[in-house]
Parts: sequence; structure tokens; C-alpha cells
Amino acid sequence: MFDWVQNIADWLVYDVLNLNKKQHLAEALNFFIYDTTKILILLFVVIFFMGIVNSYFPIDKVKNYLSRNKLYGLEYLMASLFGVVTPFCSCSSVPLFIGFVRGGIPLGVTFSFLITSPLVNEVAIGLFAGLFGFKTTIIYVVSGILLGTISGIILQNLKLECYLTPWVKEVLANAQREQDIFQAENQTFKQRLSIIWTETLKILKGIIPYVLVGIAIGGLMHGYIPEGFFEKYMDKDNLFAVPIATILAIPMYSNASGILPVVQVLVAKGIPLGTAIAFMMGVVGLSLPEAMLLKKVMTLKLIAIFFAVVTLCIIISGYLFNIIL
Amino acid sequence: MTKIIKILGTGCPKCQSMTRIVQDVVSENNIDATIEKVEDIIEIMKFNVMTTPVLVIDDAITIKGRVPSKDEVLAFLN
Repeated sequence: MFDWVQNIADWLVYDVLNLNKKQHLAEALNFFIYDTTKILILLFVVIFFMGIVNSYFPIDKVKNYLSRNKLYGLEYLMASLFGVVTPFCSCSSVPLFIGFVRGGIPLGVTFSFLITSPLVNEVAIGLFAGLFGFKTTIIYVVSGILLGTISGIILQNLKLECYLTPWVKEVLANAQREQDIFQAENQTFKQRLSIIWTETLKILKGIIPYVLVGIAIGGLMHGYIPEGFFEKYMDKDNLFAVPIATILAIPMYSNASGILPVVQVLVAKGIPLGTAIAFMMGVVGLSLPEAMLLKKVMTLKLIAIFFAVVTLCIIISGYLFNIIL
Repeated sequence: MTKIIKILGTGCPKCQSMTRIVQDVVSENNIDATIEKVEDIIEIMKFNVMTTPVLVIDDAITIKGRVPSKDEVLAFLN
């Protein structure tokens, strides 16, 4: 599918720049051009496509759907699925949380959405597809959805309502399965496209520096770390690798797009994929800035429980991957 | 009549760029308007929105969850 990108990279490096094919530098440069082009194309396609879906299916509709329909246990899965198609900016997590609570949506279902949304977002999918291929991407997406679903069910059963901050409890007391009259922005398809286009470029512009630096570092490591180097330290039998990788990942957030290319090289050099996926879920799914924001609606104890449950689920899925893959 | 513009947002980068754009549009076109930033989450939730930033003009929600272009803002103000 990306042969033509490889051809362009070959042409640029070996014909235009006239570098020797056997040179290490030429090979590294070729790899860099091929990888960045492929990843940027995939990122663009995924972000743009998600933008279209979201334009026709905004968060208000999601809320109304979840609050209107009795789904007999499927609501966790649905919330998790909606989380995938709804781009999520961590600064919106508080209004979103309140909106869900106000609409009478159970706390656990809200959590399902809050967990999956950042975990399986457009940037993560685009990067994953570019770096690890489609099969691994599908595995990541499916496990992200399941992780949100299961964590949501667990959190619901822990009955955590009493750990909300007082003003949220008040909102909860007045909650009703109301249908907000929801004002759709009346736009033609052309207007929508131009907005989506600008948004896509804006998102890309924001992450390109990280991606480039990440791929460059990855490329360097690729040349200097011998094949199978990590297997000694982090093989599948090392019981501590997954938890350590997950916990290390939680404080890292803003550099998620830069970290993935590096992780890809680590996998190529022998780190088990399950450990790597657990690490990435920790990076993308849980972040300290998000915890700080959530302090407005949750007590510290609730945030701690929330993070602990998700971390635990990530660790378990990491072990599972290492066993199956 | 003076228009009352409210920008709802908890201070994320998107909210800041929306504020900048609205301020520019108002001053560039000499529009008679007051701009108020609403950063308190409890106040924001009274508008029943789930994504920020939100642009409210004379108590009507015009844009939510994204940063508009200058032309769009101008169209809403005229």
C-alpha cells in the first residue's frame, strides 16, 4: 500500500542526493523519509475521517442517546464505542462529566467513555497504523474499547457516588433523563468540510514536531541498539516488566506522539508487544493533567480509585497480550 | 446596542485562542461589544454545554468545542 512512498524515498536519497546505498546514513535517511511520510499520511486520513464522523455525531447526541435508551448492560460498551469516535480534549473532561451525570447516565458508564476516549483517539490510531501495521492497530483499538467497558463496570459496582465533590452530588440529585433540546449547528457539507480541514491541519501541526523528533530518535536507536538487546532484561517471563512500564507511563502525556516511534524501535529490538502496549496505554490513557482537572468534580480518593482500576486493567491486558501474541 | 460576548472555557489553549480571535474581530471592526471570560466551571455548566471553548453572544450559544475563524465570528456579530 505504501510502496510508492518507498519509491519516493529511494528516489530522493539515492538519485537526487546521490547517496551510496551501502552507507549507514543513506539508509537511516531513507528510513526517516519513508516512515514520516507514511505516518503523516495515515494521521491525516484518520484525523480527517474522525472529524467528519464527529461533525455529524457530536457529543450532545451521544449523551442524549445514552440517557434515553435502556441498553441492558450494553451501555458500557456503547459509551466506550462512542468514546472512540468522539475526539476528546482533556480540558473538556469536566463539562463532559457533568453533562453525563446531569443526563442521568450512571457513573460507571461515564467512566467507560472517559477511559476509552483518550485511549483510542484519532492520533493514537494514525500513529499505531503507521508504526505497527493494521493488525496491531486493530488489537489495540479492540483492547482499548474492552478496557474502557470493563473498567466502567468495575467502577460502577464500587458505588463511588459518595466520593464526588459536593456540588456534583447536587447535580446528581437533580439529574433526570432529560432530552436537551440540542441545537445542531446548521451547516452545509461544504462548510463542515472546510472547518474539519482547518481542524485537521491544526491538530497535525501540533503533533508533527513530536512525531519528527520521535522518529529521529527512533532511527538513531535503530542503528545503535543491537537486535534482541532488550530480551535479556524485559523478556516475557519477567513478571515486573508490565507493571513497571505502565506506571512509568502515567506521568508522560504531552509527548505521546513522540514516544510511540521510540516504542516501536524498542519492540523491534526485543521488548514484548504486550509490555509495549501497556506502556502506550499508560501514556495515552492516564495523565496527571487530566487528574488535576478532574479534581473539580471528584475527591482525591475517587481519582485515586479511578486511576488504580484503570492501571490494573492495563497491566492485566499487558500480561494477556504477552501470553497470546 | 452593546453586544454581550461571553467566552466559556477553563483556560485551555483552545479557549485562549478563541478569546484572542474574538478580541481581534471586535477591535478590528469597531464592534460595540463587551467580552467576558467565564472560567468558573459551575458557571459554565449553567449553559448546559459539554465541550469547551464556547462562544456565547447575547445569551445564545453560537460555537462550541472548537476555535472559529475570524470570518465566522464576524458573521455572528453582524
